[in-house]
Amino acid sequence: MFGRRRRDLVCIEFVEVVTEYLDGAMPLAERTRFEAHLAACGSCARYLEQIRTTIELAGRLTVDDVDALGADARSELLAAFRAYHGSS
Amino acid sequence: VAVRSRLPDQPYPGDGALAAALRQGDEAAFGWLVDQYDASLRRLARTYVATAAIADEVVQETWLAVVKGIGTFEGRSTVSTWIYRILANIARTRGVREQRSIPFSSAPGAMDEGGGPAVDHDRFRKVIARGHWSAPPVPWDEVPEERAGARETLALVEAAIERLPPAQREVITLRDVEGWTSEEVCHALELSETNQRVLLHRARSKVRRALEEHVEKKVGRH
Repeated sequence: MFGRRRRDLVCIEFVEVVTEYLDGAMPLAERTRFEAHLAACGSCARYLEQIRTTIELAGRLTVDDVDALGADARSELLAAFRAYHGSS
Repeated sequence: VAVRSRLPDQPYPGDGALAAALRQGDEAAFGWLVDQYDASLRRLARTYVATAAIADEVVQETWLAVVKGIGTFEGRSTVSTWIYRILANIARTRGVREQRSIPFSSAPGAMDEGGGPAVDHDRFRKVIARGHWSAPPVPWDEVPEERAGARETLALVEAAIERLPPAQREVITLRDVEGWTSEEVCHALELSETNQRVLLHRARSKVRRALEEHVEKKVGRH
């Protein structure tokens, strides 16, 4: 509190620490500084939102992009498991 | 927007119970494991090798290694990160043979690859109000929701990830596509938390930029 106040974050620095912020990996003082800038800067708020959208879009990729495992291949794997571990 | 985490929601009460069931030769447990992870493994394998057919072979080999190795699983990581490490080793070997550029996020030099800022410094003011945006991000209002556009957008994201330097591709695939936690990724790839985050941030920045370019092109067409 009574130490030297850190100067405010500027946009060019903000964009570098967004992932650290989203991971919840920022110490409290840094987070306060980050959120103060976020509240005051519409462009950086938009940037953060776009990173969130990017993450969300990447997360949609898995759903139907890979073919399901064929029934034959699946039973082969189970057979291999049975053979190796014995069905005692 | 919450990032969903696909890995940890197992119906198995815990990783210990799963590992124990597997060691005892519980076929249902193994079947569950296959159903749970096969698609993820194939997607991850594609990060390393050139074709879907080779990726299938890598995954097949991984499952056989799991069958043989479960007795030696010591529970020092989760079952899923253990399987992923096996996959990564097999896939890297195959990828080397095929001369594809291999992700090796834990290798020396991986941190240098494709460095540079998250956003081009030309987009910030140089003199007055130094460090503030001079060319702020354009709005994306129309991007994700409409149906046809969504397909196109996803294809774009996928292509952007594909173009990333290998170590960044590896990390963003696990974190954002597969939804792993940073802890899981650090463990599976043997990365420090800081290095993992730097790679992820560079990767996300580039994918965001690809989306932005796409929007700019659309706007420019009017």
